Amino acid sequence: MKILYFSWLRECIGVSFEEYSTDQTTISGLIRELVNREPRYRKAFKNLTMVKVAIDQELVADMETSIVGAHEIAFFPPMTGG
Amino acid sequence: MGLDSINLHISIRNQNFDINQEIKQLSSGNLNIGGIVSFLGIVRDLSKNNNLKFMEIEHYPGMTETALMKICNEAKTRWEIQAISVIHRIGKLYPGDNIVLLLVGSVHRTQAFEASEFVMDFLKSRAPFWKKETTLTEATWIEENPLDEQKLLRW
Repeated sequence: MKILYFSWLRECIGVSFEEYSTDQTTISGLIRELVNREPRYRKAFKNLTMVKVAIDQELVADMETSIVGAHEIAFFPPMTGG
Repeated sequence: MGLDSINLHISIRNQNFDINQEIKQLSSGNLNIGGIVSFLGIVRDLSKNNNLKFMEIEHYPGMTETALMKICNEAKTRWEIQAISVIHRIGKLYPGDNIVLLLVGSVHRTQAFEASEFVMDFLKSRAPFWKKETTLTEATWIEENPLDEQKLLRW
């Protein structure tokens, strides 16, 4: 799957996207795995109330949502358009 | 009835827009439109020391268009509107520059006013845009205004 990062999450992690494969089945599982990878992920996901998620470009509210079969997972802070 | 390509226009770009031109485009060929409500958002300086140099707007290509389409389609089911145009600029913008233009054309003005508020409320917290402010001294990502999320509850 492809993981995308936007705004300060992108700056913190240092890439705008990466190809990633995981056995994790939920968003929270994936985040846990990323956080254990490297300090930059730990820093980016320090405060999960500041992190929003989209699975295949669809915003999801529940961190226990399944990611099985997902092609694209995006992490970003609350939106500030307009 | 869904929106077809003639009466829904969404554009994400760096390039500026001409409001008169956009209004003309929205109303041309549609004699049912009795009024057009327009909202223009511009870059303002809300930085602590009033020393904003520029703003950078980032977005999520693909999801942005889908999210805006969804918002506009929802507006169309709730109000009697004939045409919607959303133009949102991205990239580097300076104080006073245009950021966003929303046009809603309807038979009745009340419908157009309400639909405009609805679209702007959802655009602010559901369309994936992020703003970064660079002042003379620092660069910071703008934080979400908690009121923006609350505003959605009224719909």
